[in-house]
Amino acid sequence: MSAVDTPFAAPAGLQASWYEASARQRIAALLDAASFEEFIGPEQREQSPHLALFDLPAQFDDGMVVGRGRLDGRAVLVAAQEGRFMGGAFGEVHGAKLTGLLRAARDAGSMPVLILFDTGGVRLQEANAGELGIAEIMRALLEARAAGVAVVGLIGGRAGCYGGGSLIAGCCSALAISEQGRLAVSGPEVIETNRGVDEFDARDRALVWRTMGGKHRRLLGAVDAFVDDSIAAFRAAALVLLENAPAFDARTLEAEQARLERRLRDFGDCADALDVWKAAGVADAGAVPGMPAAAFIALADQTRSIRHDAR
Amino acid sequence: METLSYSHQAARPAAGTKAIALVGVVASGNLEVLVERVAPGNRCEVEIHTAAAGFGAVWEAVVADFVERCSPGGLRLSINDGGARPDTVALRLAQAVRAIEEDAP
Repeated sequence: MSAVDTPFAAPAGLQASWYEASARQRIAALLDAASFEEFIGPEQREQSPHLALFDLPAQFDDGMVVGRGRLDGRAVLVAAQEGRFMGGAFGEVHGAKLTGLLRAARDAGSMPVLILFDTGGVRLQEANAGELGIAEIMRALLEARAAGVAVVGLIGGRAGCYGGGSLIAGCCSALAISEQGRLAVSGPEVIETNRGVDEFDARDRALVWRTMGGKHRRLLGAVDAFVDDSIAAFRAAALVLLENAPAFDARTLEAEQARLERRLRDFGDCADALDVWKAAGVADAGAVPGMPAAAFIALADQTRSIRHDAR
Repeated sequence: METLSYSHQAARPAAGTKAIALVGVVASGNLEVLVERVAPGNRCEVEIHTAAAGFGAVWEAVVADFVERCSPGGLRLSINDGGARPDTVALRLAQAVRAIEEDAP
């Protein structure tokens, strides 16, 4: 039984929007009913020690909820970022909670891990601690995978999955994403600020979505499942991905290297996501952005070029 | 950052048996309220951490009104504030009591 409740009256149900739900609502509805047990809950007040220096308010859980629960009866460890608190950014405590969870997964060796990403990357007010946290998390994640633990990332929150969060996602056994979930290292504004508006117009929302959004990531082969924006759809995808998680061995890594080389060869000259989709064999690339989830999932499943046994 | 503390005597204890509840989020114009059933007797303790300094009188009025309306005896409410308006604060405080009273008959 969770010590801390999801807000007010009924928590978000399975049909609720993943995008709209809070980190705690996502966990409560994703896992089996009342199975979540939180580690280092908000009542322990493990807050950021840095934010007060900047005259910024802390959050009791530092925007990271970790614990264990059950998914379809199976024991799992789970971490969820709260994207509304500082854009879900990684600070010292926020990162350390995920590192600890992944090390526990490595040591136990029997419980898979679900990471519910919702992050803009490292928290700039505690950048050094945050960057170190990203490195520690990536190491802990890969150690867990080397110990035979499947680590599945779910991406569909307001903040997307950017910066160091995208690097962590890249280390996962498998990823599921919704159309609203964006996955990229640099965010739109970062690219525009550094390279100019001719390179990337951050105000062009269609450009942002077709470059970083879930559909493009799926057609690039960067994620393994595209899901509709509901907690039920993420739950179904998590079950499938956990079941089919690849082993973490030399063969998988060689397949991943080959996949990335092939991707660069096939799409490296493409100037726009539309060109990528055409090169991937999508007949009517222009129709992809407006396509309903079910039709897009069918399209992606038929697209042979994104099939692989890597990760 | 400013820290404000208030202690009131409530008319009745809060209903239910849950030990703890959390509502809200620290974001611009929003706040989180952690409520714990740890205050002695019918006391209600409220501690506020806010980046918007100088609004003590408004907080005092909102908290006094909340204790009057919700009678949160035995509760300690801890607030991290992201610059919420008084109406948002009042709703979150009421929501926090509702959440910890959830299992009341």
